[in-house]
Amino acid sequence: MIDRIEYQDYVTKTQPKSPMVRTLFAAFIVGGLICCIGEAIGDIIKVIFKEMSDKDVATWESCVMIFLGSFFTALGLYDKLGHYAGGGSIIPITGFANSVVSPAMEYNREGVFFGICAKMFVIAGPIIVFGVVASFLVGFIGYFVV
Amino acid sequence: MDIFLTYLKVFAVGGLVCLIGQILINKTQMSSARILVLYMLVGVVLEVTGAFEYMKQFAGSGVTIPIMGFGSNLAKGALEGVKEKGFMGAISGGMSAVAAGLTTAITCGFIFGLISRSRSKKI
Repeated sequence: MIDRIEYQDYVTKTQPKSPMVRTLFAAFIVGGLICCIGEAIGDIIKVIFKEMSDKDVATWESCVMIFLGSFFTALGLYDKLGHYAGGGSIIPITGFANSVVSPAMEYNREGVFFGICAKMFVIAGPIIVFGVVASFLVGFIGYFVV
Repeated sequence: MDIFLTYLKVFAVGGLVCLIGQILINKTQMSSARILVLYMLVGVVLEVTGAFEYMKQFAGSGVTIPIMGFGSNLAKGALEGVKEKGFMGAISGGMSAVAAGLTTAITCGFIFGLISRSRSKKI
């Protein structure tokens, strides 16, 4: 018989360690690179459409990044990247696109209505709900403060 | 040389934001939905306090490409809506600021969901 503390020690010693340094390094590199790609797309748009305002450039930039994220998810490449990079692929806006497209692809055999359209928001739903509620609260408070 | 420095800043800040997220994932085993919601709410708070504007001037896409940019757009849209249209702007402002991104995401999700089947998860 071993007592509880001994058992806890045994468990922590033998459980697989999550490779902290490697995942942090991968997240840093991949996240930084995705942000750089976004910046590059913004710069290219600025060169092509010279008279576009900065706000429109930023909007276009995130739209293109969302498209790229969905596209590489559809090719199956983004999930492989996510396995390697973890947070580096989740936190950029491409990860949001991935969280919309990935369940839609996963459940498309359950039909268009309750497969694709409903399951699309399994992960993105909370983000949209929290975002909309937060933005309403900000506007509501801002209306009385300003 | 100037452009190199800009990209270095974007890389460092964007990487750092993702690194903090990865630390959270490793330490607390949060699911990706929670991480995304948390970061978006951080973006809302930063925008309301005014810190986001400085961060954006410093790092550009390094802070707008992470989902914090989405939250900041929501808050900014709501505040601008209040200025322009009063109370109605508080209701409509946030969503209209992110309408382009959401429309792209949902349309891409629908189209790619129709044409592409999920591959068996072999990693």
